Amino acid sequence: MNTIWALAGVVIKELYRRKDFYVLFVLTAVITIAAGMVHFFNDPQIVNYLKAICVLLISISALIIAIVMAARQLPAERESRTIFPLLAKPVTRAQVILGKFFGCWLASGIALLFFYFFFAVVIGTHEQSWPMLNYLQSFWLQWAMLGVVTAIVLLGSVIFTAPSSNVTICFIAIVGILLLGQHLNAVALHHSEPLRSIIYTIYFLIPHLEWFDVRDRLTYNWPLAHWMDCMLATLYAAAYAGLFLLLAWLGFRRKSL
Amino acid sequence: MRLKASPYWILALLLAVCFTLATALQLRAAKWNNPSQSNNVFKLLLGEGRRLFAHEFYVMADVYFHSGYYPSIFDKQESQSDVLGAVRGESDDDEDTTNVDFFGAPKDWIDAFGWKFRLDRHTHLSNGKEREILPWLQLAADMDSQMVQTYTVAAYWLRTGLHNPKEAEAFLQEGLRNNPDNYEILFELGRLYNEDYHDANRARNVWLAALRYWRAQGDDAKKSVENKRLCDAILVDLAYLEENAGNWPQAIEYFKMAKPMSPDPDAIQKRIDEARQKLAEQPPAINTPPH
Repeated sequence: MNTIWALAGVVIKELYRRKDFYVLFVLTAVITIAAGMVHFFNDPQIVNYLKAICVLLISISALIIAIVMAARQLPAERESRTIFPLLAKPVTRAQVILGKFFGCWLASGIALLFFYFFFAVVIGTHEQSWPMLNYLQSFWLQWAMLGVVTAIVLLGSVIFTAPSSNVTICFIAIVGILLLGQHLNAVALHHSEPLRSIIYTIYFLIPHLEWFDVRDRLTYNWPLAHWMDCMLATLYAAAYAGLFLLLAWLGFRRKSL
Repeated sequence: MRLKASPYWILALLLAVCFTLATALQLRAAKWNNPSQSNNVFKLLLGEGRRLFAHEFYVMADVYFHSGYYPSIFDKQESQSDVLGAVRGESDDDEDTTNVDFFGAPKDWIDAFGWKFRLDRHTHLSNGKEREILPWLQLAADMDSQMVQTYTVAAYWLRTGLHNPKEAEAFLQEGLRNNPDNYEILFELGRLYNEDYHDANRARNVWLAALRYWRAQGDDAKKSVENKRLCDAILVDLAYLEENAGNWPQAIEYFKMAKPMSPDPDAIQKRIDEARQKLAEQPPAINTPPH
């Protein structure tokens, strides 16, 4: 376990050594503050548009940080040839995969925490309300989703040679799931066989990441989702993350370095 | 003779020149570009392509009016946005519109579980929270200044939901500047003068102008259901105005004109009969000789 945490620690250090997080954070902050300074019809109480913009930017930024960070882990180790001394030590390939996964997941969690802190401060000063439980629930679900995303990207980095192609393909697939995942069953009904069965199979196979996107609840001040449902969703995310990590390990085990 | 100037003096001189030129050119520079063009950042960035986004922003206003409970392209669609329906007085009974279920029953367990995290109730904003739709209507108007309903819808919610007729009037005037002679905007402006400012004379003048512009349009446009409904509304409002002023013959005249346009001519006929009765009950005017 110590090996896994040591590997994860290196990845977390990468978060504050690289510029990705700072750039995305500053961009989010600048756009949000600029949007917050606009007054529509001289009414300072209008705030939902600001929430929608800020939480959308946070989602996009967190997704980019998680995908880009996870995608470069294994290829960077291979390119710099640090993978050989790493594996020469008593470190198994499974530990490398798990260490990289936990490192990326924790790092994206830390980044997400900063983003949510900023969101809470901006909206709190505008709206004078601090629904911390709503923020906590949204943060938790989003972080659970980033766990699945990180696992998918690690699997991708075993399959695809270049990190750029991995990032592009994973980003398209994940955004596709977020936007269309919940509608695939409705789309399937409009097609005849065998396309209907194919679309339905995809619908049941893909991880339904859209469940974890509760931005609308924050934007429109809807009450909290049931915590038991959040727990079930977390288990669902853990199962999918485990599945993708297992596949990544199987691929990495057979891969010649 | 060699002059030796300190760089600080040169710097001060240059600053003075810059300041003088800035004060002199400031007013001229404003005239170099069309002010309306430079004021609209979307026009500068997107050109005419911005009109494509106007409808999307308008739909966003309706999404916000439903607090996010809104059909996607894969679900059952609404025939008309509720923000506009309210303006036209077609959703007075809120129960009718909020009973609409866009999504139907969950199709499978994934769908059912997904609903635990999605917004699951059809509601409409109320008690001043309607203000949240306004940014999107403002953006839609900025994107496409010819999209008339953005002005009328925003003005309606500003004056009825937020009790802010001043901003509503300013926005309608802006709409009128961008769409001169538009009878929809004039009609909404008349309602504002009548209901919020209780200024019957201004309301009458504006509605008469709206009626004039409605009549000036082509015959094909006049036949559309939407336009007929609007003409009916203008005429009926004018008739009520005359009724309140005790001008019964004029009120009857407006009701008569509204009858062929109205979706409920029987109700209009009833109003005509009532107005005739009131006219008959009126004592005849006594001509008094001038002193």
